[in-house]
Amino acid sequence: MKPPRFDYLVPRSLDEALGLLAQHGEEAKVLAGGQSLVPLLNFRLVRPAHVVDLNEIPGLDTIRVDDGRLAIGAMTRQRQAETSALVRERCPLLAEAMPQVGHVQIRNRGTVGGSLAHADPAGELPAVVAALDGELVLRSRRGERRLAPHEFFVGYLTTAAAPDELLVEARVPVTPPRTGTAFMEVSRRHGDFALVGVAATVTLDAGGVCTACAIALTGVGPTPVVARDAARALVGVKPTDDALMDVGRRVAGALMPDSDLHASADYRKHLAGVLTRRALARAAGRVDAGKERQ
Amino acid sequence: MNERAIRVTVNGRVYERTVEVRKTLADFLRDDLDLTGTHLGCEHGVCGACTIVVDGAAVRSCLLLAAQMHGHEIQTVESLADGDRLNPLQEAFREHHGLQCGFCTPGFLMTLTCFLRDTVNPTEAQVREVISGNLCRCTGYKNIVTAALAAARRS
Repeated sequence: MKPPRFDYLVPRSLDEALGLLAQHGEEAKVLAGGQSLVPLLNFRLVRPAHVVDLNEIPGLDTIRVDDGRLAIGAMTRQRQAETSALVRERCPLLAEAMPQVGHVQIRNRGTVGGSLAHADPAGELPAVVAALDGELVLRSRRGERRLAPHEFFVGYLTTAAAPDELLVEARVPVTPPRTGTAFMEVSRRHGDFALVGVAATVTLDAGGVCTACAIALTGVGPTPVVARDAARALVGVKPTDDALMDVGRRVAGALMPDSDLHASADYRKHLAGVLTRRALARAAGRVDAGKERQ
Repeated sequence: MNERAIRVTVNGRVYERTVEVRKTLADFLRDDLDLTGTHLGCEHGVCGACTIVVDGAAVRSCLLLAAQMHGHEIQTVESLADGDRLNPLQEAFREHHGLQCGFCTPGFLMTLTCFLRDTVNPTEAQVREVISGNLCRCTGYKNIVTAALAAARRS
């Protein structure tokens, strides 16, 4: 339960960090908030030769609006994103998911980028970025890549980031007018990983008819699951109870979650259907608030 | 590097030490500074017993490295009482039986210290949410919640 020996590297600039990653590649592990890496070190499930600590690099923790997108620096503490007025105003879906990421002691240290790069299959932030069709910005000495969520999250705890690449920013579209969003999850205890979580967005026209809908789920597969077909079924209709029930059934029907100690596959499917229906209803009910923001 | 010289403020006192980089902050506080009030339960960020305050925020000291603390300011449970005189939160824990064996108590106290500093008139639901990151196997939490609410009224 103590970390193994490693060489500790403390770059003072992004450039220096990228140089270290280029030099050490798979031998190096990046330390951001440490809320996932340090437990793995303590258990000695990972034994990196080098640990590259990003905490002394200035400028990686800014939250700003850029080109219609909310851009969140990878080293932004989760608690900082949770309490940011800009996040609450421009991306309420992220603001709502934030308090459900671990416990407050975890969020005080854990980072937005760390949570995304760790790619836990039950993590909240991957589902939020997937629902919003955001971008993950990777940098290396070779240049910059911007990946869509389905390109970035490739499997259980696995992303498309190469060993010399660093996730430096997550970019999500600013919530458009007449759009409501909701994040809901069920976990055994507040702050635990979600058994199932749902991120939903609903856009309605002036007549109350849905013109756009997105649904992403966490906890039901190795990566966030985007329920495109089910979401499309809501477009062109009003979000009535029956319509939402139908979308919930479609979501549950298409999933193939695993069973584990905490929940059976059947229970997860059931939760996914119910939570989808509730999250869509809540999102639709918030559309007016979306209009006022404009 | 395998060792790092750090200068860190703990409970208002400045310490300069050279630490092995793999040493956790919790072990540094206990073994190097002899501040054994910070307890270690799970050592992987689940139980909350090792919760301390770094730069004003409650964090798990088992998930930080001492080497990362250069230039930072730390409060541990030792900072709460004034000699033998308990602070209002500790007093409320004593009065309402918010502890039995006491192993988890330092973590609860430090979590609640930050929470009560930032939250005026907290609700029971808020208290239960903030302590969800701390495990107690004795009390069933009820008396901890009662103590926290009593301390909030007192301050």
